[in-house]
Amino acid sequence: MKFGTAIVLLSLFAFAALVAAGFGVDEPFRQHMWILFFAVTGFTAILLRKTEFKPAAPTDPSAYMDGPIRYGAIATVFWGVIGMLVGVVIALQLAYPDLNIEPWFNFGRLRPLHTSGVVFAFGGNALLCTSLYVVQRTCRARLFGGNLAWFVFWGYQLFIVMAATGYLLGITESREYAEPEWYVDLWLTVVWVAYLILFLGTILKRKEPHIYVANWFYLSFIVTIAMLHVINNLSMPASFLGSKSYSAFSGVQDALTQWWYGHNAVGFFLTSGFLGMMYYFVPKQANRPVYSYRLSIIHFWALIFLYIWAGPHHLHYTALPDWAQTLGMVFSIMLWMPSWGGMINGLMTLSGAWDKIRTDPIIRMMVMAIAFYGMSTLEGPVMAIKAVNSLSHYTDWTIGHVHSGALGWVGMISFGAIYYMVPKLWNRERLYSLRLVTWHFWLATLGIVVYAAVMWVSGVMQGLMWRENDEQGFLVYSFAETVAAMHPYYIMRAIGGAMYLSGALIMAWNITMTILGYQREEEPMPGSAPVFRAARSGAKKWA
Amino acid sequence: MGLMDGHALIERNATLLLVGSLLIVTIGGIVEIAPLFYLDNTIEKVEGMRPYSPLELAGRNVYVREGCYLCHSQMIRPFRDEVERYGHYSLAAESMYDHPFQWGSKRTGPDLARVGDRYSNEWHVQHLADPRSVVPESVMPSYAFLKDSPIEVKDFSTHLVANARVGVPYSDDMIASANADLRAQADPAADTSGVEARYLKAKLGDFDGNPQQVTEMDALVAYLQMLGTLVDFKNYDEAAGYR
Repeated sequence: MKFGTAIVLLSLFAFAALVAAGFGVDEPFRQHMWILFFAVTGFTAILLRKTEFKPAAPTDPSAYMDGPIRYGAIATVFWGVIGMLVGVVIALQLAYPDLNIEPWFNFGRLRPLHTSGVVFAFGGNALLCTSLYVVQRTCRARLFGGNLAWFVFWGYQLFIVMAATGYLLGITESREYAEPEWYVDLWLTVVWVAYLILFLGTILKRKEPHIYVANWFYLSFIVTIAMLHVINNLSMPASFLGSKSYSAFSGVQDALTQWWYGHNAVGFFLTSGFLGMMYYFVPKQANRPVYSYRLSIIHFWALIFLYIWAGPHHLHYTALPDWAQTLGMVFSIMLWMPSWGGMINGLMTLSGAWDKIRTDPIIRMMVMAIAFYGMSTLEGPVMAIKAVNSLSHYTDWTIGHVHSGALGWVGMISFGAIYYMVPKLWNRERLYSLRLVTWHFWLATLGIVVYAAVMWVSGVMQGLMWRENDEQGFLVYSFAETVAAMHPYYIMRAIGGAMYLSGALIMAWNITMTILGYQREEEPMPGSAPVFRAARSGAKKWA
Repeated sequence: MGLMDGHALIERNATLLLVGSLLIVTIGGIVEIAPLFYLDNTIEKVEGMRPYSPLELAGRNVYVREGCYLCHSQMIRPFRDEVERYGHYSLAAESMYDHPFQWGSKRTGPDLARVGDRYSNEWHVQHLADPRSVVPESVMPSYAFLKDSPIEVKDFSTHLVANARVGVPYSDDMIASANADLRAQADPAADTSGVEARYLKAKLGDFDGNPQQVTEMDALVAYLQMLGTLVDFKNYDEAAGYR
């Protein structure tokens, strides 16, 4: 029977959720379990409707398994739009606080929804689907473990739904980028281990002798995130039928564990994984080989070794011992080199194909992503210097830095990969429209520039206002005055974010139309078709 | 190129690649985090620190739940302006019972590490219910609903037990009387000698102006009013605490 085991297991799961909803010791937990119950029951119902009793057609073991990747591509676009929309909403809440709707839609509950939404829902799905796409094609092997990939995909979506609804209900561990409570963490651990087995299993059954460089990055991302997630989320629940838990560590140790996690969520989730994406999709789209094999080896090992040390730069001048702060600073500065190793390898892959920046908006997007990667990995080490950090810490400068990395690097490289993959996954000749990609590119790029520039100004201004003394030695500004001074910047920041969001909406439209099989009638991109006149006169000019 | 030849081995063996990268990424964490658990000078001994009273802990849970840490730090850095604005710089010992820590990473609003005793209970309640009625420039959301949310007292002792399991020195006595202590601390009519003996310097009384029930507003204000008040810096020896 098709889906037989899945249906039985899911029914038991739904029943367990129902029991937990009935016997839960606190109200948010009971509500959360009701959500789980309805989500799992709904999913079971869908499977029941699709079940069949005739024996399933045998699958071709040599064909790639692209079903979960197609779903993953759609999920990436969907969660991207949702996460960015919530971002614009909370940006507006800071400018116009009356937009807070207590208790569920207050800033404090929506902010984790935004960060997890873009990092884990958008970024996570992008990593999930591209890693499974890349590993099959570079290993020339079908995904390992039969329906394991479907479990990983749907299990991860359930994690997202439980995390997101939990935040709105006020269920949080207050660990930034690791907010979900203990039971959602346990579920993610199960899904993540399945993901590791799926990915590693596929590599093990490869037909290529070499493991391609993109897979090193993906593999190190998966295994490191597993380690970080498990250790950072160690906690003691007040009740096994309640939502509240207390972290295993306290104070200083807890702070460093959290920022060891927090910084490497950036280092491995948002960097290593996306470098894997870069190492496959940039050479493919540019139709050029990776620039330097040797550089990729050196910067891979240097990057993963150095990143782990950088966490304490989030705790400069706090009660963390000085030696740990200094170590964090020194390693953060060293980290600049392997980061730029990756940037150089990505950018130089275009050598001999630089003209494509003019003619191919997808390549343009990828190049802009790598450029932003280079920019934010320079800004990061600068901000990790203690003297600079004394000004930048606690201000909007940090927010600006994160967004130049997240919108510029993570967002743009994912968009590029999605634009590359979708026509291939659905066997379309081309995207619905390349001109819309150009629109997306410019809206996104201008949105980031507005966002980052505004946050630099407001962050530096905030930091300077806080520390300004007058001639008598008194503080010049009250805190409330510095808040009021932020108002115009918060409005401009929301505008930058809205531009980026509108670009993502254009992508959603473009991708939907591509999947549905439409092709927009449009002029080819200027310069993309050979022009005879240029060829004739060019012979002399370029000789 | 010997090194590169050696690398070819790793590129052909997924297990080596997996184990190799896992080993490489564990080094930094072990060197930086592990010593914090056994080096004595990580947390200097400071007089006055005690575990949170049940009401304060309940308030702290509201603080965590509402994401206050996203806009308010609880970590004063040793700079002239911060010490002038917020008080003595924060000591490691002051968050030694914090599971989880609430140092924060952003100051959209001011630092709260020493906000206790700075404002009256009435100010806090008014500010939480309608922030702009007392601070016109504020961008803080309203938390008026806390006044109407009663605290679930029934099994609050389980929260102390969980904290004790991760190392907070709650005594059996504290755990046994947790539910009663939670009610008594916010009840002006109750006998509070037990709470006062168990939790030195605990703030007592009705916090939210509604003596009928213990609400989340009571708990949150009780927590805010004790922040930074436990250590008496008149007796703190700067030189002894130097790391």
